[in-house]
Amino acid sequence: MATAKPRVKLPDKATKGEVITIKTLVSHPMESGQRKDRKTGEKIPRMIINKFTATFNGQQVFGANIEPAVSANPYLEFTMKVEESGKFEFVWVDDAGTTYKTEKGIEVTG
Amino acid sequence: AWTALAARQGLMSEAELLAFPEFGNVTLVHLTDIHAQLKPIFFREPSINIGVGEAAGKPPHVTGKEFLELYKIEPGSPEAFALTYEDFAALAKTYGRMGGIDRIATVLKSIRADREGRVLFLDGGDTWQGSYTSLKTQGADMVEVMNHLEPDAMTAHWEFTFGIDRVREIVDNLPFAFLGQNIFDNEWDEPAFEAYKMFERGGSKIAVIGQAFPYLPIANPRWMFPKLSFGIREQNVQQNVDAARAAGADVVVLLSHNGFDVDRKLASRVTGIDVILTGHTHDAIPEPVIVDKTLLVASGSHGKFLSRLDLDVRDGQVKGYKYKLIPIFSDVITPDKSMTELVDKVRAPYEAELKTVVGKADTLLYRRGNFNGTFDDLICDALLSEREADIALSPGFRWGTSVLPGQDITVEDIYNATGMTYPAAYRSEMTGARLKEILEDVADNLFNPDPYYQQGGDMVRVGGMGYAIDVSQTIGNRISDMTLLKSGEPIDPQKTYIVAGWASVAEATEGPPIWDVVTSYIKRVGTVQGKPNQSVLVKA
Amino acid sequence: ALGVSAVSTPALASATDERIKAFAGDAELREGRISLTAPEIAENGNTVPIEVKVESPMTKDDYVSEVMVLADGNPMPGVITFLFSPMSGEATATTRIRLATTQNVIAVAKMSNGSVFMEKKNVKVTIGGCGG
Ligand SMILES: [Mn+2]
Ligand SMILES: [Mn+2]
Repeated sequence: MATAKPRVKLPDKATKGEVITIKTLVSHPMESGQRKDRKTGEKIPRMIINKFTATFNGQQVFGANIEPAVSANPYLEFTMKVEESGKFEFVWVDDAGTTYKTEKGIEVTG
Repeated sequence: AWTALAARQGLMSEAELLAFPEFGNVTLVHLTDIHAQLKPIFFREPSINIGVGEAAGKPPHVTGKEFLELYKIEPGSPEAFALTYEDFAALAKTYGRMGGIDRIATVLKSIRADREGRVLFLDGGDTWQGSYTSLKTQGADMVEVMNHLEPDAMTAHWEFTFGIDRVREIVDNLPFAFLGQNIFDNEWDEPAFEAYKMFERGGSKIAVIGQAFPYLPIANPRWMFPKLSFGIREQNVQQNVDAARAAGADVVVLLSHNGFDVDRKLASRVTGIDVILTGHTHDAIPEPVIVDKTLLVASGSHGKFLSRLDLDVRDGQVKGYKYKLIPIFSDVITPDKSMTELVDKVRAPYEAELKTVVGKADTLLYRRGNFNGTFDDLICDALLSEREADIALSPGFRWGTSVLPGQDITVEDIYNATGMTYPAAYRSEMTGARLKEILEDVADNLFNPDPYYQQGGDMVRVGGMGYAIDVSQTIGNRISDMTLLKSGEPIDPQKTYIVAGWASVAEATEGPPIWDVVTSYIKRVGTVQGKPNQSVLVKA
Repeated sequence: ALGVSAVSTPALASATDERIKAFAGDAELREGRISLTAPEIAENGNTVPIEVKVESPMTKDDYVSEVMVLADGNPMPGVITFLFSPMSGEATATTRIRLATTQNVIAVAKMSNGSVFMEKKNVKVTIGGCGG
């Protein structure tokens, strides 16, 4: 049940050695495990995205270990110094072990 | 008529009000917080305006006699009437109403004629909200009138309470810049409006950076502009100043709706700003306040004043300045004919309603002051009575005009104090503990010693309950001795009270609009008898 | 004037301290090099933007390996840990977090040589509702 929709913003092109900014968003309720169901009074089980990784040409460049205090629809903004053209892969993993992935290429010149 | 006559006989003359020495090559004209007042009005300045932390005892936290002494103003003079509360009702009879956009038009025309090609006219925001006609037209009346004045740029606060769709609709068709370096979309964190604009006047390049009210999503309902984020964003101000300098700016102006104390702190921390045109806290200060190398100009509210700042700009630097806070005495300044016609036109569909008399004021009705104002006492009385509540809460807004003793209270007067887009007069149950929490929270927004934590309103007005406040304490410890006035008993933290209020920032708040509550109350009492409000004890 | 503010039990100060101790190991907690940007007053306690930035050359031999973010007034102090690499170019990251009440947000950075730097910022979570 891949309900999470990842979205990513980064430049299509960059020059060699440039530090680019990458912005990522994934739609997800981030159920903290702290809330109670209004009707039953029982705790709603925790269901969050707990891990994020960004790899470039197969190598991890950035990641995050995420806890329930991160807001719904987790937003992550970070940088990378690009030295060559290649492909980014962004992966989010939730408490059920479900993974959500998206890819984007970048052309590096100069 | 006597007033106008006396004025014409030389007590004050238009020429005198407009006189300005020949100086420099750039003129900044600043108008702010007009709150949709197209016609001349009465507006009493505050008697209590406490400063905390580094702002204690400094302008604008100087009122009454101390203000007159500080600026060497003769008691009873026109300037004393314009700038302080002393003898307000009596002096109002002598000097008459202030403001009126047609008078402002005359002053502006005169400055532009005097300083051709050298004038920048800047609007600090809180322009589209605050009257019956602006509410009915969703700001269209103000947009039409301001377009006629041809500002070069504006920034905003209450504008956003018409909702983001309305703001976009207006801004897309605005013939001048709408600036806000601190307005971002809250999804991708990208600028939502233009940050600054470069102008060329008198041979100099002037960058005007806009700073919208930083706490819009907190002080006003964020559901009205759910995708925007604001904040002070001090580092971003610095980046924009640096970018403007790099782009060749000789002068950098911050057109700000931060509030005065926030701007004073910002001026001490951001380098490279020549002038901050301040707004939001409605202060009128007759001289610029200088922080390091930055001039802070405070131009009052409701159209009472227009600021003129002439700068001598040479070699990419401001070498000197001359300043005048021009009081707009409506009986002295000739109205601009084309503007009078335009104002009459936009008001015409509503004129009969505006003039309708609801009751009479036996005593002066005003709003400004840190803790209470007689107009808010009236609103609280109306809430207690019409909504059958134990306690009434009315927000500490700083906008709203004054009504003199003996004057009729019209529909226009009521909307000048209440006209806004989330007017529901709610009635709900609150515990004593919750009431304390609310008072503490609002008090910290006003009296936190760090101005960056201040939101620039006044204390929430309370009816039916008394309390003591020690402004020097920290959050949670300022408020004490909460007492239910009708029984004289202390407020019990565990007990539940019926509370009526208005202007809730929560979505889907239910209740009749506040102007209906106030109207029906005034109709019932006929003549409003203001009593001195002694229910708030301010501890020194 | 008045919305609804969240009320919660603050995390035990010791829980925050324990997380810091576990993260830093034997390293001394130092000031400087790390900056934490957050609004003075949260616009919405459910989504408060924070940015961490650490001064570092970000080379293979000298870089920031991770930055842990904590919130000492939430029911549990943990928020997020950013994992950097020399390829990050800069040690800077932004996210949005939940703050139940007025509290300190704390950021602790660990360098590739094991040294640890800490910074905190108080963020006010308010009821809101009035203005000029
Ligand atoms: Mn205002
Ligand atoms: Mn304002």
